[in-house]
This record gives sequence, structure tokens and C-alpha cells, in this order.
Amino acid sequence: MKLRSLLIGTTAIAMTAGAAFAERGADGQLNIIYWQAASIMNPYLSGGTKDVEAASMTIEPLAHYDENGNMVPMLVDEIPTIENGGVSEDFKSITWVLKEGLLWSDGTPVTAADLKFTAEYCLNPEGGCQQVSNYSDVESVEVIDDRTAKINFSIAKPFPYGPFVGSLSPVLQAAQFADCLGAKAPECTEQNFYPIGTGPFVVTDFKANDVVTFEANPNYRDADKPAFATAVFKGGGDAAAAGRSVLETGEFDYAWNLQVEPEVLSKMAAAGKGEVISSFGASVERIMVNQTNPDPALGDERGTVAHPHPFLTDPAVYKAMSLALDREIIVEIGYGASGQVTCNVLPAPAIYNSTNNDWCKTQDVDEAKRLLDEAGWVPGSDGIREKDGIRLSVLYQTSTNTVRQGTQALVKQMWAEIGIETELRNIDASVFFGGDQSSPDTFQKFFADVEMFTNTFDGTDPESYMGSWVCAEIPSPDNQWLGENMARFCDPAYDALVADMSNTAVLDERAALAIAMNDMLMESGSIIPLVHRGDVSAKSNSLGGVLMNSWDSELWNVADWHRID
Amino acid sequence: MFNYTIRRLLFAIPTLLVISFIIFAILDLSPGDPTGQLPLTVPPEVREKIRISMGLGEPFHIRYWKWLVQFFVNEPKNIIEQSTGYLFADSGERLRVVSWSTRSPVVDLIVERMPQTLWVVGMSYILAILIAIPIGVISAYKQYSWFDQLGTFVSMVGFSVPTFFTGLVLILIFSVKLGWLPMVYDTNHVVNSWSSFLFQLKQMAMPTAVLAFATMAQFSRFMRASMLDNLNQDYVRTARAKGLKEQSVVLVHVLRNSMIPVVTVIALGIPQIFGGAIITEQIFKVNGLGSLLIIGIQGADYPLVQTLTFIFAVLIVLFNLIADVLYGVLDPRIRYE
Repeated sequence: MKLRSLLIGTTAIAMTAGAAFAERGADGQLNIIYWQAASIMNPYLSGGTKDVEAASMTIEPLAHYDENGNMVPMLVDEIPTIENGGVSEDFKSITWVLKEGLLWSDGTPVTAADLKFTAEYCLNPEGGCQQVSNYSDVESVEVIDDRTAKINFSIAKPFPYGPFVGSLSPVLQAAQFADCLGAKAPECTEQNFYPIGTGPFVVTDFKANDVVTFEANPNYRDADKPAFATAVFKGGGDAAAAGRSVLETGEFDYAWNLQVEPEVLSKMAAAGKGEVISSFGASVERIMVNQTNPDPALGDERGTVAHPHPFLTDPAVYKAMSLALDREIIVEIGYGASGQVTCNVLPAPAIYNSTNNDWCKTQDVDEAKRLLDEAGWVPGSDGIREKDGIRLSVLYQTSTNTVRQGTQALVKQMWAEIGIETELRNIDASVFFGGDQSSPDTFQKFFADVEMFTNTFDGTDPESYMGSWVCAEIPSPDNQWLGENMARFCDPAYDALVADMSNTAVLDERAALAIAMNDMLMESGSIIPLVHRGDVSAKSNSLGGVLMNSWDSELWNVADWHRID
Repeated sequence: MFNYTIRRLLFAIPTLLVISFIIFAILDLSPGDPTGQLPLTVPPEVREKIRISMGLGEPFHIRYWKWLVQFFVNEPKNIIEQSTGYLFADSGERLRVVSWSTRSPVVDLIVERMPQTLWVVGMSYILAILIAIPIGVISAYKQYSWFDQLGTFVSMVGFSVPTFFTGLVLILIFSVKLGWLPMVYDTNHVVNSWSSFLFQLKQMAMPTAVLAFATMAQFSRFMRASMLDNLNQDYVRTARAKGLKEQSVVLVHVLRNSMIPVVTVIALGIPQIFGGAIITEQIFKVNGLGSLLIIGIQGADYPLVQTLTFIFAVLIVLFNLIADVLYGVLDPRIRYE
């Protein structure tokens, strides 16, 4: 009794001190604005970030990544590892043990059968599951007992944390989705809009592409959380307006993904109602350098490895192109707080970051010119360098986006200084990133000399990301242009490193391999990294507990969010 | 007149079929990909599977036929079931037109968004008419007076300043500086008391004003021109010569005749209400039909875009007919046979 009153006393003090230990539902309503509205609450049927993050308030994985990229157990007590025996010695299985007494929001217990069902749901070939890569090589999920499930892989998986880790592969309730397997998956509107989960909030109303309304989950595992009784997840408008509604009018508490010019954002923040927050994952804005010849005259063989590029395979040319760039300026003008200069295609997590390419961080026009002169590229009558009748004239394509067009203009100017002519082109994002076979403008076909876009990877393990530059991943007519190696980089030594990594479990050795691969790509000149891109959001001054996260959903710890006065 | 209406309605059927085919063909030929907005981390093989699960693996004519069946047979059956409770034999097995991004029936999405669009865009239309007609009448009657000059100036501003500009100006003044009105429209808001009604008025104020301003400019010019045409006619002189009061000359004789072309313009504009106001809805996050359409286009959600644009086409054909019939009703000189 004494202890209890003491606890109540401390709670009262804590509440006055900043409401850090408020009881469930004490803080009223949480208002979140995502300028891209949520379309569906099932991440398996939509890979869109907005949908995944909205769903992460309701359905949870077994473990999340925290703001530093470390795994945090959510529905389990500990992360299985080799040391604690959770991962088998041959890396072919991982055993998860659920927390005791874990309940779904409808009050029924969470069991290992739910894990087994979720894996089957996503692996069903007719379901169009968008997160199937999280379940790659999963052979079966065995139910050992009510709380224990063992995932068996068909090959050795040194990093077995694909399934059920991170908000892209949450656990679904088997009872709710039982009739939604395979081709039936998209027809289950009710289930896809109102999934039953273990997360801090339950969906009470879902208006597709507009607004989602939540209330606190009465069966959430921590009796004191979430601090908010209800939550509203509004969508629509544009990034600038979303920022304004948090920073200037204070109508909302949290605004996501504010991709607007840095100066616009800092003006809004000057109103003093909220602050701009940012975090860095592994996103890198990069220029891909085509190693093959995109000349239309080649017809069907255009952009295939049979025809190497006439000048971009010359080390002097690509090295000069990279040296000529002033990345500081590009970051300052286009990205502000949401960008950092990088010389690696794999800049994070920190253990994977190479320091061997830092020469590119400072612009050196004279050195670039010297390299070109030495290689025999001399300026012609119009100032554009040429050799043996080949002019250094590149076609530079990217998606339509004001920041990207700004960067394009800067790069064009910087390359002009060293005598390289640049023709700019921008393509609507839905075409450029869309895989339409009949369109010549996709980033896979890459019918240009250089192209720019951003890419990253899910979670914190770069194995599959680094694996995208093996020879077999080169897009070509033979594989319907489906491949991730846009630059058409091909080196058997690199392929060997990728194979090595898939057999290495020790983290330090994996990091060394990843760094070696990164350096090999940088030396080859097939990728010119520009900006390590972060995520920018805004939160109101009265919202506490936010830990901005680029490795998982930004709402990963929404259970801990609370009001501060 | 009745025969004429029936004939026009029958003729609308092939017209609409052709329109639906053209919309379908344009969408199919347009570059764009429903998986284009997915993060790059989703591998290409998975994208291909997603496309096939959406039915994109089928040839053009089969997809078109499926859409026709879903839209013209299954959806009406569904409406009948929901409104009368009568169940068809294939109840529960019928395929409905399903959006690719939300995986839910398109018609349900449209129904969900109709209220806010009709409230905001419809109200702005009514408001615009109520303001435009008096302005047009007075401007014409007192041509070249200061009122006419002011009216002309205001309508020119309304014509030439785009809604995204007026919208932002209003937000900056009333939301950011003064803090009187919300800049984000709350579609969950339920009106059940005076205070909630007041809030509804507040949140509708800015989008309605922006839209009404643009529409008002257009209608007041029409009204003014039409009044001027009539004011110089012989019958006006006759009416005055008969000693009729100026009030009845203008408001009864001239106004009624001048309304004929204006009513047609107003009727032809009504489908636009249902089409929503794409830009204004985006600015104020009203999330009505206009924003539904633009999200569908951006995400290459073809079933959604196809169904929405087709419904707009139906409304346009229908209100064209209504405008023609109204013309005959208002002007006894016109007879359709």
C-alpha cells in the first residue's frame, strides 16, 4: 500500500515535471499530418512509406530498429542471436519466443501460429505481397509451442532478421486474415483497413487517401501507454503546407517528410511553434554512370554490355567528373539540414562507412583538368573536350523534382568548367521509376549517359543492397530490363566479394567486405555519389518523446510520445 | 419536347460507350506504372508480381470488357442491393471496380468523398451565383458608372489570379497571421450542435471563398453582357413607353430574358462541382473528389481514374441535355421536334 501511494506520488511529481509517466490516454489527441495520405493499413499490400508508417501505429513486428539502427525487441523479450542460441550454428534457422501474456487489441492471445500465418500470407505467390524480399529464402515457419516459432531458411542466412523485424514485416492476426490468402488478399477491404494489431493504437475510422482515426489500444502490453487517448493521421496537400500546419499554425503535432527548400523550412520554423528534426539512414543521391553505349543507332543492342560506352569507361573521365563537383554547394542549395556530403554509395550505418574515397569531398577543378589533358582529351573550338572525334558530351537524366532539377543545373555548370558538355533531361517519376516495358525512359533501360536518383535499403544490413551490382543484375532485354545494376558495372572480383558476404556471419568481417565492395564501386567510376540524404520532419514544441528514425517507421515509438507543456 | 428528351437520352448511350473506350485507351497508352511510386527497395521481380496481381497481365480488350461488366452490371446491382435489401443470385461473388492503391471498391471511395466536395464546391457555386447576378445586373444598368468599373476590375482579378495564389494568401492572412480559421479541413467533423456548425462554417470559409471568387467573376461578366444585349432592345423601349415602372422593366422583362443564356452556362457548369476543385482541395486538404482524382493520376491507379472520369463524362452529357431542355422551357420561341 505504501509503495503504491509512493508510486502515485512520484507519478504526480513526474506529471508536473513534464508528464513523462502519464497514464494511458491522459494527453488527449495526437495530430499527425502526412502530406501523402494513407491508402491502406496493410504494408504487405502497399510498400508506400506513408502506408507502412500509418500501419506501424497498429501492427508491429517482433523487433524494431531504433534511431541508431540497433534492433529493439517489441513482442519478444530478447533478440535471438548465435550467442543466446536463438540462431542455429549453420545460420539456417532462427527461433523467436514471444513475450508472455501478449494480447491482440481484440483481447485474444498472440501465438506462434500468427507468425506462421503471416509468413504464409506474404509468401503466397498469388497475393502480390510487396514485402516478399523480407521473407526471401524462408522455407517454413515451425510452431514449437504457443509462444515459440522457428523460421527455417533454405540457405545459410548470416543475417536472419528479414522476417518480422522492422515495420515492413509486421505480424498479422491469423484469425482476422484467414480468408485473405493469395488472390483473395486485395479483396479483404475490411481487414486491410482495420487490421487487428498489438501496437499502441487501434483504427476506429479509415477514410482511404484522406484520414485515419485511432484510439488507444485497451490491451496494449504497457498499461501506462500510449499517453494519447486518440490519434488522427491526416493526409493531403503538399510538403510545404504540412510543415506550415505544424510550424506556423500549430494545428498539427507532427509532419512527415518535409522535402522543401531548406530556406522555406527555416522561415517557417522561425514562427517558434515547433522545430524541424532530421535523421540519416543510408539514402544516397547518386549519379549512375552508364558503362554501356546508349546510342540509338545500336537499335536493340542499345544499352547492353555488348557495346561499352565510348568515353565513360575511361578512368580519367569519370574521375574528373567526380572531382569537378562541389558537393558542399549542392547540399547547401538543395538539401540544407537534410543532406551531407558523401563519397560512398554505402555511407551508413557507421561501421560500413568507408573513408578511402574522401578525396572527392573537396572540389579540385585543376586536378580534373589535368587528368583529362593527360588522357588526351583536349578542348575543341567550342571549349568541349574531344579525342579521336569523340566529344565529351553527356545526356543527364533524372526524375522531375525541383531539387533534382536544381542539382542538375549546378552539375551542368561544374562540368562545363572542365570542358564537358551536358544535356539535361527530366522524366516524370511515375515513368522514370515505373517498370513499363514499352517506355524507353525508365531508369532501368538507362538510355542516357548518366542518371541521378536516390536509393537505400531496408533495415540495417547492406548485404542485398551491395548485391545489386553483380553482373547478373544488369538490366538487359534478356531479363526484360529487370535488374538493379543500372550502371551495368560488372567485375568477377566484385561478384566474389558478394558471395563471400553471404557466407560471413561475424559483423566486423561483413563490414570489411561491404567497405571493400563500396570502394571497388567507387574506383570503377560507375557510381558518383553526391549527397547522403536524411529525412526531415517537424514536431510541435508540445510533443515529447519523438525519436526520429530513418531505419524504421518514424512512428516506431509512438507509444512513448506524450504532451509536454 | 418529351420525344426529343428520350431521343437525346438514347443517343447518349453510344456516346458514353465511345467516351469510356477512349478514356480506357488513353489511360492504357499513357506511360506510367502503378508500382512506380513504390520505394526502390522493392525489387523488380516483386513489382512484376504486383502488376500481375492487379490484372495488368491480361490483354487490353479483356480488361476493358471486365471494367464494362464491373461498372455497368455489378456496381448497379450493388447499389440496388444496398438500397432495397434485395439480394441477387451472385451476391458476394461479383467483382467490383477496385482501386489499386487502396484495394477497396472505387464507388465506396467516391461516396465517402462526395459530402465534402458538395459542401465546399457546391456552396461556392451557390454563393458565386448569388453574388454574381446582382453585380451583373447593376453593372449593366449603370454601365460605365464607378460600380461597373469596380465590378469589372474585381472580375478581372477573379479571372486572372489563380486559386492556388488566392488560397495561399488567405491561409497566410487568416491562419498564419490572425489564427482565425483552420488551414486543414477536417473531414471527420460531424455537425450536431451550434458550435460544431460554427466550426464547419469556419473550415469551409476559405476554400469556399477562393472558389466562389473565381466562379463569381465568370458569371457576373456573363450576366452583365446578357443584360446589356437586352437593355437596348425595342421591347424595353415599348415597356418603358407603356409607362411601366423602371423596376419592373429591369427586373421582370429584361432580367428574365437575360437569364436564358446565363442559366445554360450555370447548368453546364454543374458537373464541375462534382469534379471537385483539384487545386483548391489540395491547398486546404479538403480531400474531396478532386484530390481523389489527382492522387489516382499520380499513382497510376487506372480503375479509379477511369471510373471517376467516366462519371464526370456522364454528368457532362446529362447536364448538356438539361441545359438544352431548360433553354426550351425558358424561351418559348425554341421548340425541339
